[in-house]
Amino acid sequence: MASQEILRQEPGRGSFINDPKIRALFFQTLVVIVLFVSIWWIVNNVIENLQRLHIASGFQFLRNRAGFDISDTPIAYTSDATYGRALIVGLLNTIIVAAAGIVLATIVGFIIGIGRLSQNWLIRKICTVYVEIFRNIPPLLVIFFWYSGVLAVLPPPRESYHLPFGSFLNQRGFYFPRGVWGDGSWLVLVAFVVGLAMAWFVAHRARQRQMATGQQFPVFWTSVGLIVGLPVLAFLLAGMPLTFDFPKQSTFNLTGGFQIKPEFLSLLLALSFYTAAFIAEIVRAGIKGVSKGQSEAAAALGLRSGPILRLVVIPQAMRIVIPPLTSQYLNLTKNSSLAIAIGYPDLTATAGTVLNQTGQAVEGVFLMMIAYLVLSLVTSAVMNVVNARMALVER
Amino acid sequence: MQEHDMSWVRTEMTLAQPAPPGERGAYAWVRKNLVASVGDTILTILGIAIVAWILPQVINWAFINAQWTGPDRTVCATVSQGGIQPDGWTGACWAFVNAKFGQFMFGTYHIEERWRPILVAVLFVVLLVPMLIPRVPRKGLNAILLFLVLPVVAHFLLVGGVFGLPHVETSRWGGLLVTLSLSFVGMAVSLPLGIALALGRRSQMPIVKWLCVVFIETVRGIPLITVLFFASVMLPLFLPEGVTFDKYLRALIGVSLFAAAYMAEVVRGGLQAIPKGQYEGADSLGLGYWQKMGLIVLPQALKLVIPGIVNTFIGMFKDTSLVLIISMFDLLGVVKQNFSDPNWATPQTPKSGLIFAAFVFWLFCFGMSRYSMYTERRLDTGYKR
Repeated sequence: MASQEILRQEPGRGSFINDPKIRALFFQTLVVIVLFVSIWWIVNNVIENLQRLHIASGFQFLRNRAGFDISDTPIAYTSDATYGRALIVGLLNTIIVAAAGIVLATIVGFIIGIGRLSQNWLIRKICTVYVEIFRNIPPLLVIFFWYSGVLAVLPPPRESYHLPFGSFLNQRGFYFPRGVWGDGSWLVLVAFVVGLAMAWFVAHRARQRQMATGQQFPVFWTSVGLIVGLPVLAFLLAGMPLTFDFPKQSTFNLTGGFQIKPEFLSLLLALSFYTAAFIAEIVRAGIKGVSKGQSEAAAALGLRSGPILRLVVIPQAMRIVIPPLTSQYLNLTKNSSLAIAIGYPDLTATAGTVLNQTGQAVEGVFLMMIAYLVLSLVTSAVMNVVNARMALVER
Repeated sequence: MQEHDMSWVRTEMTLAQPAPPGERGAYAWVRKNLVASVGDTILTILGIAIVAWILPQVINWAFINAQWTGPDRTVCATVSQGGIQPDGWTGACWAFVNAKFGQFMFGTYHIEERWRPILVAVLFVVLLVPMLIPRVPRKGLNAILLFLVLPVVAHFLLVGGVFGLPHVETSRWGGLLVTLSLSFVGMAVSLPLGIALALGRRSQMPIVKWLCVVFIETVRGIPLITVLFFASVMLPLFLPEGVTFDKYLRALIGVSLFAAAYMAEVVRGGLQAIPKGQYEGADSLGLGYWQKMGLIVLPQALKLVIPGIVNTFIGMFKDTSLVLIISMFDLLGVVKQNFSDPNWATPQTPKSGLIFAAFVFWLFCFGMSRYSMYTERRLDTGYKR
């Protein structure tokens, strides 16, 4: 076969310069050489600079005494604790503010996003104004606004605002009664867990029954009854073992109760209001992304507007919503590093202090990067699981 | 043939009747948009309540009670705070913004030299406006002037030290000058860098690809503050002794690298959306890699992702405010710095200053997003539903 002979011939003509494989090899070798030379140069410089500045290297400093105080400590911490513990406190603070922010931003964002699609002209406009304002100003500015514009000009403790349920609001933050659980309160917790398990079981069985017979069961109200009702019943049976530690006003300060510091409050409010504007847009795009034929078909099948939304539109909208929602959650987590600007001791702030005190910039920045990368990866992993459950099941 | 009498067929169209009165005019609009159902009516009442609660307060604070001019803090403080206003007065202290306006714009740039940033701003506007209007010809020349010539001219004008212009250290720059120059240079650097990273990420060469992936994913996984820390604390360690970078330049490097990683992901989205046939068509025409990308793929891909690119620009514009953390004073930084000026310290000062800064940021970002929507519509050559 002559033609095959020709095809089998090597493309011998042309110099090897034009061979894509050789070119790729050449360029990559070049890249690797440049990379190694620059890394070698940088490492050399770093070592030289560190020696000149008499800065130690390595992670031994994590075991040294920190010697600085942290204002918000979710775990026990004093200035005698180690740098390592200080960083952990910072990390925990970051996680707390990020988690609270995500919950609040999601709630506000969904309300505003659905509001932007409302039939009601006024509601639509209010939500649009909200989104357009918050999307177009820097989050740091929002944080400052809450911190120095709103919370710092509240009255001093002596003239605190009295709010319902014995809580107070003043310059030093928001105080509310702290619940103190007495004997037998474990019963409530057990009841709650049992309620959750039973609700899950009921939902499972109801689903099986609906698949088999088509009969429906009021799962939602049963679950509410089980999850709320059982603990309430246990609470009453145990003899109401809950007392409240109310904040009390003294001459200069408030004592007792649970205090939320203004730094945390302004960071939380700013982050969640800012992110909520983006989440609102995502939700709106998601709901608009479900084609009109879907809800029309559901209406033709005789579903009412509530079930149409619940069974047809929202499950499909969630598929569009979840991936960008995940990146907003990641953004919120990363933006929580702005805490440093108002002195909330999150990871960046504590790592910054550690870095200044020890001078070990390389290790400090490295630890910071690793911590944020891990947080991002964990959030993405959780959201990917949610996404996989929501995804379209195709053959 | 039988004659048909067709006189019963109407030869003229009757005019359409007006819609019933319940379906037109203000009444119908209100019924449809505000009180369509019981729930709707409740929502409307709630909305009116919110507006009626907030709007008068805002107008009162920002306009009616506001103090527009004044020498010092006394105009914005109540009697008990040592000022002239009656107790219980609250209002915006625009006098503060008025008095500090020069600083908000230029930072501590020497007052007799402020014509230089103003001249740069004028040049920028003169070059930018024809660039933004699609009908104005000579876009190529315009782009070269805007993105290559202007930065050089602006550099010499702002920094000085040559042609008899006194030298102004970048530590004296501040305010809107820093915000705008950082974000403009950042945009000009991050777009080509982002395109290069995106192409690298989709490259056939494994080493190039993985380098780009590692860079993009690392930078996207960490906050900008960490990148800025990196640029301000670690860059000096990376360089040989004696070589120092200006703090401004360090911030610029940090912001540009950060934006480039996000830009790369946006561009990658566009590259992935181009059907394979386009790549193969270019190959079959015998185009090389750069010709294929530059002439066929990128023009289509970039057009697809204009909203994403502008969003990244907007994000970067907002993010320049974070340079405050490494003690550089952009608009927000200068505003915040002036809160502690004892001449102006009143409870109303921070709020007024921040709202002014928010308004400036909002104007730029909102302008950018509206322009991107306009461009999107203009370039939308595809089918419409």
